[in-house]
Amino acid sequence: MTTALHEFPTVPTPGQTLRAARRARVHAVLSGGLTAALGTVGVALGLSVIFGGPRELRVGWLLPLVGVQLNLDALGGLFVAVTGAVSAAVGIYTVGYARREHLARFPLTVLPLFVAAMMLVPAAGSVTTFLLTWELMAAASLVLVLSEHHRAEVRSAGVFYAVMTQLGFAAILLALVLLSAAGGGDSFDTISASSGDIPSGTRTAIFLLTLLGFGSKAGLLPLHAWLPRAHPEAPSPVSALMSAAMVNMGIYGIIRFDLDILGQGHPSPHWWGLTLMIFGAVSAVFGVLQASVATDLKRLLAYSTTENMGLITLALGAAALLSSYGAMAVAALAMTAALLLILSHAAFKTLAFLAAGSVLAATGLRDLDKLGGLARRMPGTTVMFGIAALGASGLPLGAGFVGEWLLLQSLIHSPHDDTTLLMLVMPLSVGAVALTTGLGIAAMVKAFGVGFLARPRSAAAEAAREAPASMLTGMGLAAAACTVSAVAPVLFGPLLERVLTALPTLGGEAAGPMLGAYLRLPGVTGSIAPGLIAVALVVAVLLALALARWGGRHRPAAVQAPLWACGADSLSPRMQYTATSFAEPLQRVFDNVLRPETDVEVTHYAESQYLVEKVTYRTLQADPVEQRLYTPVVRAVTAWAQYVRRAHPGSVHLYLAYGAIGLLVVLVVAR
Amino acid sequence: MSAMSVMSVVATLLQVVAVLVGAPLVVGGMRQVRARLEGRAGGGVGQPWRDLRKQLRKQQITPLGTTVVFALAPAVVAGTTLLIAAILPLISLGSPLDPAADLFGVVGLLFLGTVALTLAGLDTGTAFGGMGSSREITIAALVEPTILLAVFALSVPGQSANLAAIVAAAADNPGQLVSPGSLLAFVALAIVIIAETGRLPVDNPSTHLELTMIHEAMVLEYAGPRLALVEWASAMRLTVLLGLMANLFLPWGIAGADPSPLGILIGFVVISLKILVLAGALAAGEVFIAKLRYFRVPELLAGSFLLALLAVTASYFFATPTN
Amino acid sequence: MSWTSKIRRVGRMAEPATPTPTNPANTVEPPTGVTGSLQLRHVDCGSCNGCELEIAGAFSAVYDAEQFGVRVVASPRHADGLIATGVVTRNMHQPLLNTLNSIPQPRVVIAVGDCAVDGGAFAGGYAVVGSVADVIPVDVRVPGCPPSPAEIIAALRTVTGR
Ligand code: SF4
Repeated sequence: MTTALHEFPTVPTPGQTLRAARRARVHAVLSGGLTAALGTVGVALGLSVIFGGPRELRVGWLLPLVGVQLNLDALGGLFVAVTGAVSAAVGIYTVGYARREHLARFPLTVLPLFVAAMMLVPAAGSVTTFLLTWELMAAASLVLVLSEHHRAEVRSAGVFYAVMTQLGFAAILLALVLLSAAGGGDSFDTISASSGDIPSGTRTAIFLLTLLGFGSKAGLLPLHAWLPRAHPEAPSPVSALMSAAMVNMGIYGIIRFDLDILGQGHPSPHWWGLTLMIFGAVSAVFGVLQASVATDLKRLLAYSTTENMGLITLALGAAALLSSYGAMAVAALAMTAALLLILSHAAFKTLAFLAAGSVLAATGLRDLDKLGGLARRMPGTTVMFGIAALGASGLPLGAGFVGEWLLLQSLIHSPHDDTTLLMLVMPLSVGAVALTTGLGIAAMVKAFGVGFLARPRSAAAEAAREAPASMLTGMGLAAAACTVSAVAPVLFGPLLERVLTALPTLGGEAAGPMLGAYLRLPGVTGSIAPGLIAVALVVAVLLALALARWGGRHRPAAVQAPLWACGADSLSPRMQYTATSFAEPLQRVFDNVLRPETDVEVTHYAESQYLVEKVTYRTLQADPVEQRLYTPVVRAVTAWAQYVRRAHPGSVHLYLAYGAIGLLVVLVVAR
Repeated sequence: MSAMSVMSVVATLLQVVAVLVGAPLVVGGMRQVRARLEGRAGGGVGQPWRDLRKQLRKQQITPLGTTVVFALAPAVVAGTTLLIAAILPLISLGSPLDPAADLFGVVGLLFLGTVALTLAGLDTGTAFGGMGSSREITIAALVEPTILLAVFALSVPGQSANLAAIVAAAADNPGQLVSPGSLLAFVALAIVIIAETGRLPVDNPSTHLELTMIHEAMVLEYAGPRLALVEWASAMRLTVLLGLMANLFLPWGIAGADPSPLGILIGFVVISLKILVLAGALAAGEVFIAKLRYFRVPELLAGSFLLALLAVTASYFFATPTN
Repeated sequence: MSWTSKIRRVGRMAEPATPTPTNPANTVEPPTGVTGSLQLRHVDCGSCNGCELEIAGAFSAVYDAEQFGVRVVASPRHADGLIATGVVTRNMHQPLLNTLNSIPQPRVVIAVGDCAVDGGAFAGGYAVVGSVADVIPVDVRVPGCPPSPAEIIAALRTVTGR
């Protein structure tokens, strides 16, 4: 019987397949529905807290000694609402995605758990609760990253992620233990009340440790290495959740602990803001450079996350620096920019990853060099990705524009009367932001233009078909959010003002910028009206189209014709520019930073060295920071582990001896 | 902000119409200057208009396999440029759209047009289209920092990035214009305008060799009315940017926020003269230089970035407080 | 000698234009009805490159065909006309047709040189399909081996009407 089974692999009967399919469908609907429902609750809760005042919840029995304390205020409410909104879109999307990509039952079960954990982090009201929820979130996300653990890349990404997230956790743990010891309590309220008494050495230590821990969660350089590995390898709904919601928690941590709790005692020293700005600027520029030369669609998006988190951190740093100089109005501007960037990034990054997921589900491809021609095959997904790419490029009519505009305004309006530091830092920051935007445009043009337009570069892309309705609906939700932040950020106005008012250390008292139909800036002259620009642009484009009709009656009927192939009969899809070739000029210009490994091999004919038989060109774009910084560390750890391994020869006697010696040492020490 | 007076609306409409009609003439004039300096007779100032009218009467060809991106890109480029023409303070200061978009917004719109065209180049799926797009977007990415820093430098005296405020501040305080900051910003902005409009030495607008093309390579597939829009739009971009440059650094003659008919007339004549002079100077300068090798262009742009950075710092250190 | 003084000393190089051809018997209606604008895509169908030299001469500073509104463009999509030189060789037969079909309507075809007009010295060669007129309809013929730039310009002006 066993041999028979071996020879004839069991083919499931039609009834079995049907039942399995139905079960898979139920799982998908349950998991997606639960996620979406949790998300909706999160949005409602977040908004109710922002507009209705803080809420508290204490569950004494859940955690021994201290209990679980949940304390949701306006700042936390904002992050809960953002997470909720992302989850709602992702939840609906997952219903279709899970069935197309055959997501297993286990990750589907963990998905709502992950969302819940993420929404608990900003709600935590005490150090213990925060650490608990943080670790829950990290563990859940790790499980989800490992969903497709049969692939080696996934396992390697998982190891990277696990190690880095735990190291980050260790830093956070240490920082928060220090904080609660120095602040004389466990709950955030107690600590902030007495945060003025915390000695400056401890404050510095806490700042550096939290920057390390939260910075690695937010994917800031040089602790970003897990991000471009883990985000692409996770299933796309999870990537969307991680890239649009989870990384925000790093930002939340920095705001909460460094700028809010510690800032309430003393105004933060200048160098804190400066440090944040430097980390932010470096991350933004490095992230976008990597994105502009990446050829893997999801890796590109992951690097874009590093870029955007960098911009947000830059804005946070600017707010801290400006408020440390007492320029509260401009600091409030920078803080609004940071918050708005968080909102818009969540919107367009969710959309981008979901659209990338639907491409992946339709073609099995992430490699832009093999994609193309999707606009005709998956029009819905293409439009969605287009909206996301426009948002990510920071151009007008895109979701990211208003946030970046506010950031630039806060940078150019910083006071410069006699503060040399500001005079030097602000122009450089504008340069960094501008370079980031410029390269971001290049990266997104590449992703959209090469990935979705032109002709398919592989059979898989040729055979792509449109995503099911549930996936499109999920993406539609995110697209709507993108549109709102692009043309009507006025809708976010009251929300941001409330949150800002709750952050007195960052100029909350100074009236925030008025996000009306015209965005006017308090205290400085400058305004913009994104909605009006959109309307005017539509009118102008229609006018241009009307102009092109002029002379139309003399015109022969329009035709379709094959491409001009320089006289040849046709162009093959292989003659198109690929993502690699598209980014080649940038790669060359930034050769010193990117350090691509290229390798050209020219084979000549035997008869003459002037005749080339073939040319082989290979290029590998690895992450230079990872190679320079991580590889030596990993190698050292491995070497050390090899060394330590000698003490583990597998002999039970030896282990017993170790135990005995250990016990003796403990006894001696404890005596 | 400016009251929406009837006259300022009139001035804005006149601005748009003048750019529409005048842009091809500006390009024609530049070609004529160039032709004369090369000892040729030249096609005459009206040649671009003749070409445009002719293209508008030709058949529209949609290459097989292209999408709506290819079809709409010319209209988007032209539309963004028209919108910029309506926003900028060319004839008068009080454009009703001035508070809707400041200089950052204008730069964004400019790039929106560039992006539309690069996507169209990729959409055709030809080797040259992709090549042109790749080159154009690389230059755009490197130009952006310079532009924004120049904006920054210019916004320091007026303490605003809104164009009317910048121009008004410069007109009120002309001493500012010869400050080191302003001069450095001028040079930086001149370089980026040359790069963005595809003039020598960054790109050769009259090349026939596909392999050396940047802008032209992206639009090789356009025919008839769409080509007309593309060429019209690129002429308008050049005109509008020259006009912006003229009024940022030579703000005299521009009509106020609530202009009189005479003011509008004067403003119109003055800005036309300024643009013609700048265009003539640009064309004359082009006679003396050759196109840079593509990979030398980033060096030029890095230089302009440095100038812009110095401009900001200089305008900080030498700023004379206006209030 | 500096560039500027050279420019000043040389002055205008282009020869003064002769009167516009108006005789309807030997002019062609401009393809779109707009006079004074003609963009051409050049195809070398198998020429000895003698005609190319003369065409280049016609666009040089001395003859300056541009003053009559003629320009050579890179893409046939931008062109109103095809300017063909040389006999049509077998290898260039299909590319010639492809190029012509890529030019948007309305369009003209101008055959320059004896080879293009009637096969010239190469008529009947084993690698030759025929003259340009044997392959595609030709509107304007410029005979000569090679025709002088002045003759080429005169022929072009019958199309641009300028
Ligand atoms: S006509 Fe004369 S010059 Fe022209 S291609 Fe033929 S042989 Fe050469």
